[in-house]
Amino acid sequence: MKHPDFNQTIPIDEVGVTERVARLNSRSIKKDSKVQALKLALSMIDHTTLEGSDSPGKVIQLCKKARQPHPAIPDLPTVAAVCVYPRMVSVAKKELKGTDINVASVATAFPSGQAPLFMRLEDTKFAVSEGADEIDMVISRGAFLNGEFSLVFDEIAAVKEACGEAHLKVILETGELHTLENVRKASDLAMHAGADFIKTSTGKVSPAATQPVTLVMLEAIRDFYYKTDKMIGMKPAGGIRTAKQAIQYLVIVKETLGAAWLNKKYFRFGASSLTNDLLMQIVKQETGHYQSLDYFSND
Amino acid sequence: MSNTETKEATYKPTSPNSKLDFESVWEYAPAPQDSDFAEVKDRYELFIGGKFVKPSKGRYFKSTNPATEEEITEFAEATQKDIDKAVKAARKAYEGEWSRISAKERGKYIYRIARMLQERAREFAVLESMDGGKPIRESRDVDIPLVAAYFFYYAGWADKLEYAFPGKKPEPYGVCGQIIPWNFPLLMLAWKIAPALATGNTVVLKPAETTSLTALKFAELVKDCGLPDGVINIVTGAGQTGAEIVNHQDIDKIAFTGSTNVGKIIQKSLAGTDKKYTLELGGKGALVIFEDAPIDQAVEGIINAIYFNQGHVCCAGSRLLVQEGVADKVIQKLKDRLGTLIVGDPLDKNTDVGAINSKEQFETVNKYLELGVEEGADIYQAKCSIPENGYFIRPTLFTNVSQSNRVVQEEIFGPILTVQTFRTADEGIDKANNTPYGLANGVWTDKGSKIFKVGSKMRSGVVWANTYNKFDPTSPFGGYKESGVGREGGMHGLAAYIRN
Repeated sequence: MKHPDFNQTIPIDEVGVTERVARLNSRSIKKDSKVQALKLALSMIDHTTLEGSDSPGKVIQLCKKARQPHPAIPDLPTVAAVCVYPRMVSVAKKELKGTDINVASVATAFPSGQAPLFMRLEDTKFAVSEGADEIDMVISRGAFLNGEFSLVFDEIAAVKEACGEAHLKVILETGELHTLENVRKASDLAMHAGADFIKTSTGKVSPAATQPVTLVMLEAIRDFYYKTDKMIGMKPAGGIRTAKQAIQYLVIVKETLGAAWLNKKYFRFGASSLTNDLLMQIVKQETGHYQSLDYFSND
Repeated sequence: MSNTETKEATYKPTSPNSKLDFESVWEYAPAPQDSDFAEVKDRYELFIGGKFVKPSKGRYFKSTNPATEEEITEFAEATQKDIDKAVKAARKAYEGEWSRISAKERGKYIYRIARMLQERAREFAVLESMDGGKPIRESRDVDIPLVAAYFFYYAGWADKLEYAFPGKKPEPYGVCGQIIPWNFPLLMLAWKIAPALATGNTVVLKPAETTSLTALKFAELVKDCGLPDGVINIVTGAGQTGAEIVNHQDIDKIAFTGSTNVGKIIQKSLAGTDKKYTLELGGKGALVIFEDAPIDQAVEGIINAIYFNQGHVCCAGSRLLVQEGVADKVIQKLKDRLGTLIVGDPLDKNTDVGAINSKEQFETVNKYLELGVEEGADIYQAKCSIPENGYFIRPTLFTNVSQSNRVVQEEIFGPILTVQTFRTADEGIDKANNTPYGLANGVWTDKGSKIFKVGSKMRSGVVWANTYNKFDPTSPFGGYKESGVGREGGMHGLAAYIRN
């Protein structure tokens, strides 16, 4: 596919983006539509643990929670995926056997990406060989800010190749890109280089996902779809902790890309504490009462 | 000509029509604004000399909710005798207490009105939506906050007029006759009353016959705030009542907002008299989108320009002029964006486009829809559902139109956008200016210098850059050519109420 000239910048008006987000946030989501949104959000979660202290025991607990988020309410959807470091992939894979929950793994020297390309590719291949269904890679932000767009493009293409059958999510780390125009450019670059998903953040840099950044990325996905008919997924990650925020994100997706993107195949939340807030709100909608967090398992 | 204008478009959409699906698995449940707390009486009288009084001929007219076609209440019809009474009350107040109190005290009254409006903001927002059909999202977030802002702004000027007009002793005209339209009922009242009071005038104000409710509620508020009797008088009625005000011998100044046709009649009536006047009339604003504009934000700007308040905005951007290289892209995005507009119950918090203000206007807009098709335009309407009852019109685009079409030339005052293209900046400016109106235009480009180059050549009172329909009390507003005479808002708005 012929890709655009990445030295050209697509103008983005930050004031306009912020206003659009504010208007979308003024949507009032009540009753049935709220319950539906809460369950939908739950089904889109990449339940995540990415700590230096992660151990098989911790990952096993996380997987169990993913399979059975809240036993008090049957018929709840499970989360979409569990997201772990490559070393933990086999543990998660075993624990999630027989479910349709995917195992996602961060790779490519996450979170900085500051390793030689061959090591990042090995990292990716290892995660895939351990059974990862999805790979979350990071782009070389240093090279991007330095204007080496072809290098970044080629790296993403190489990782895509290393992924084989596994789905590739490309983390732009928008907190380090600083402008919405850079976010747009990195999105275009990633999609043209073969990303199946574009993702805002590692969760290790502040700010992580924001709504204006997400809107700009969704608009990039929309333009890519207009041009190529290919649907690319979107994953905001980091900083989304409350059900209210999650619903606001769903509104943004619904009114930017429409129904086709409102499922876990095309939209994910990268989050850890969001799950319990969603559960708490679902219980509130069903019973009319808020329960203490003590009634929800931490992992 | 800059490079960006000659640059070949790198992008052509593969599908000319909308292909995103916005009707989906997940729909928003109704989110009605509670309206029970907002009290509406069965009948409203005239507000003259600080009292609610019956009309001399005892006639009343009904007011309906355009979203349901149900009657809400009825208003008194003011005739010559009533107008005379109102003008006498205003004259008495002007020559009496209102001239004697200090400017500082005058300011305090206006501040008090502003605060009381803020306290009762939700009530006014609900009534405005019920009576006029505008979405609660707008009356709550735009109309009423701006109403309070205008009163606050002009309250501040009351005791500082000598700083606004250095070297002269600013004096009020006396009694002002003010006639306002139905598109922003309470906001237009604020634009008229706040500067008139700040400068020491008294007023006789007539709201539009289809939207008098909030003006009468405002009269109740005026009574509660203890403003001296007769400083503000509110008389209801239709065109004939307005004519009585315009032609009354003891009125010093006329301020009118409304259609250009009525504006011309008023100007004729006032010719040869000593009355001063300001007229804020119609418009046919152009939205000029250059190739180098931030396209997604420009599309949002277009939505705000034409579908805000059902297009019942004198400064609405009703003519889209888009540079040829990006025309297909903009039109496709616009069509997809129309797919997400929610049209319906004005009191639902998620409604984007409410009801057309009245049966009469509904018929007018429908007439233009037919006319556009007859003239050969391609029509595209949002696919949204609309309620069975009430006056609703789907947001509409007319493409394949030209400068010679009536739908491009005439003010429709409804949710209808015409789309034309241009090749160079000069052509864009020519097309934007090629209209008898000149109220507002918009420019979208990423290039700051182009904004100034193009903006300075546009013959309109307002030019918005990369945005549209933004209002602020500090900013003057008014038209060129057939869009009016004089300015409202800011210090210019003060000048319209003091003797030269």
